[in-house]
Amino acid sequence: MSETTKNIALFALVAGLFIATGMMQSWNASLTILNMALISAIMALGVNLQWGFAGLFNVGVMGFVALGGLATVLIGAKPVEGAWTAGGFQILLALVLGAATIVAAILAYAKLPAGRIRNIGVLAILLVGFFVYRAVFDPGVAAVEAINPATNGNLGGLNWLAAARDSSVRQADLFVLLAWPVGGLLAAGAAWIIGKTALGLRSDYLAIATLGIAEIIIAIMKNEDWLARGVKNVSGLPRPVPYEVTLQDSASFVDRAAGLGLDATTASTLWVKTLYAGLFAVVLILLLVMAQAALKSPWGRMMRAIRDNEVAAQAMGKDVTKRHLQIFILGSAICGIAGAMMTTLDGQLTPGTYQPLRFTFLIWLMVIVGGSGNNFGAVLGGFLIYFLWIQVEPMGAWLIGVLTSGLADGNPVKEHLQGGVAYMRLMTMGVVLLLVLRFSPRGLIPEK
Amino acid sequence: MDFLNALVVLSNFVLIPAVAYGSQLALGALGVTLIYGILRFSNFAHGDTMAFGTMIVVLVTYLFQSWGISLGPLPTALLALPFGILGCMLLVLFTDRAVYRFYRQQKAKPVVLVIVSMGVMFIMNGLVRFIIGPNDQRFADGERFIISVREFKQLTGLSEGLAIRTTQGITVVTALVVVTLLFWFLNRTRTGKSMRAYSDNEDLALLSGINPERVVLYTWLIVAALATVAGTLYGLDKTFKPFTYFQLLLPIFAAAIVGGLGNPLGAIAGGFVIAFSEVTITYAWKKVLKYLLPENLEPSSLMQLISTDYKFAVSFAILVIVLLFKPTGLFKGKSV
Repeated sequence: MSETTKNIALFALVAGLFIATGMMQSWNASLTILNMALISAIMALGVNLQWGFAGLFNVGVMGFVALGGLATVLIGAKPVEGAWTAGGFQILLALVLGAATIVAAILAYAKLPAGRIRNIGVLAILLVGFFVYRAVFDPGVAAVEAINPATNGNLGGLNWLAAARDSSVRQADLFVLLAWPVGGLLAAGAAWIIGKTALGLRSDYLAIATLGIAEIIIAIMKNEDWLARGVKNVSGLPRPVPYEVTLQDSASFVDRAAGLGLDATTASTLWVKTLYAGLFAVVLILLLVMAQAALKSPWGRMMRAIRDNEVAAQAMGKDVTKRHLQIFILGSAICGIAGAMMTTLDGQLTPGTYQPLRFTFLIWLMVIVGGSGNNFGAVLGGFLIYFLWIQVEPMGAWLIGVLTSGLADGNPVKEHLQGGVAYMRLMTMGVVLLLVLRFSPRGLIPEK
Repeated sequence: MDFLNALVVLSNFVLIPAVAYGSQLALGALGVTLIYGILRFSNFAHGDTMAFGTMIVVLVTYLFQSWGISLGPLPTALLALPFGILGCMLLVLFTDRAVYRFYRQQKAKPVVLVIVSMGVMFIMNGLVRFIIGPNDQRFADGERFIISVREFKQLTGLSEGLAIRTTQGITVVTALVVVTLLFWFLNRTRTGKSMRAYSDNEDLALLSGINPERVVLYTWLIVAALATVAGTLYGLDKTFKPFTYFQLLLPIFAAAIVGGLGNPLGAIAGGFVIAFSEVTITYAWKKVLKYLLPENLEPSSLMQLISTDYKFAVSFAILVIVLLFKPTGLFKGKSV
């Protein structure tokens, strides 16, 4: 019983942090942090599934998050007129050809007898396939990227509803919600391919392999302009909640806000953020319930058995490789869903902002600090660490302000310290991780 | 003549850059592999250790430049290198005392140490950015070229030129010296032998009276030196930017794993394998083929297999292919 009380106290403490931010800074700031904290908690759930349940060392979280973001563009954005007929189908054909080449090479490797013929055959298939693929792919890409390159030059999304609507009226578009499950599916698909090749590797190797895959996914998103405009970014994605401007124009909303003693601008931003928070909370609670059910089910026990002793689990007739693949896909899918939600919240996809420290290692920090193996721990870690990640900077600025208050303005030491405040959060996060690992290695809410 | 021209183009754009890059990767991978062999974990903070050492070299170089001290045609950074190594040694010894030693005494699982190294990575990452900022630092000075394109053309009369930058020459020479010293140390000295013994069989080494703390101390010192040298050479050759050093983690680990984790010889081989594959696969072959193929077969496209933006994909692909066929790497690595 005391454990439950402790956990409730911990969650209450974190809630208190958000309330304090609301009172001392602004409720807008508090809700902004809360929204990203909800998304981070979902990512932490995904990583906890892989690491906490199954002991899989996946440091490619960033890649799956980015794939989720890509799904938001591919589903939620308006289609670009003529892009599919100009080159879209050709690109698709090229990708199918590329996949067929790889499948053919794998089949040839499996079927042909070992020896020189097999080596030459596989190499020939790969080489010919590669040049055929490039021959089909390149003109398709060129055709798509030639369409109105200043604003489009990409395939666009599948949101025909938005294309048919009058774009001068900005309104909520629930269609984009479809991108969340699709983001999960996209990440799951990528995880299947990766898991098939890399999951046989030992833990350290798997870590490096996933780190590499995440970088490759980001590289693809940065450079394949036909897909989502690369580093030119896609902005103005539709959103599932009403726009502030629309709310401010609505008389009934202004009246209600006035009834609460708020001006229309503040009320509209608060309302929009609350709606987002509501949507995210629904997803988080759904996933949390599912993760809890999984943890307590025979399947969850089997996963932990595999984690704790692979050989013994194998001896009991459990298919370790298959179970690993399964949970790798599930965890990655959750990260993909969170990624799609994040891009929806931002309203834009900016591949240049995906950094491993922020989207892989910070999520790991959340899981470790919260308590790996415990879903509530991961969620708590998500809230707490994201809050710190954002709030350490103003705290650090204040601290440095106090420390250097004796120095004159324009003093080079003072200016340097003030310029470096932004990096204090990296150091703080490291210190937090090391302290937790040292003094409470099982996290704030340990696994039962 | 055409063949010679093709050879010159190939050396200029592929062979020389790949040898320089390969040396830098090999030095980095040696550090990773030594930690893996002796401390038995994959050190995620290695890229940031390199960045820290290089940062001190950069700062000392700036100081020397402001004092007017230089090495003439050689970059001043070589003079600053010992200070960087010393600073880096102090840092890693401090982290070992403050952080890693505790887990060593607890006999923690390797994966715990990997996660601990993530925390160290965060701190070092912040520290370097806090001190020197996140931007590019160019600190190479002295003569730019050992031989420039124009001089080479005059010398040989070929239509293609070959340039060897001073930094590339220094990279290769320094790497050779460092690697020779390292192998002499590991194979000939008492401490080096005890390190290898500890790496091969910890229990047996302890039984024969080897002091583990001493072995660990020397390992960190060597790793700090290797990391600083590798980082400085990379920074001289390209530029110093903290984020790039963090990203170097991937090719460095790929090199160490491809060679076989824990095997120094493998790390060197792995470094060159990764560097050569990266450079050759992302190079536009048109210029070389122009000389080799008859005129009517001249390629119209750039003949670039993959755009340079995908160089990470190359390290990764090599990594996976090697591991699929040789699970412990090209040279026999160890697995913890």
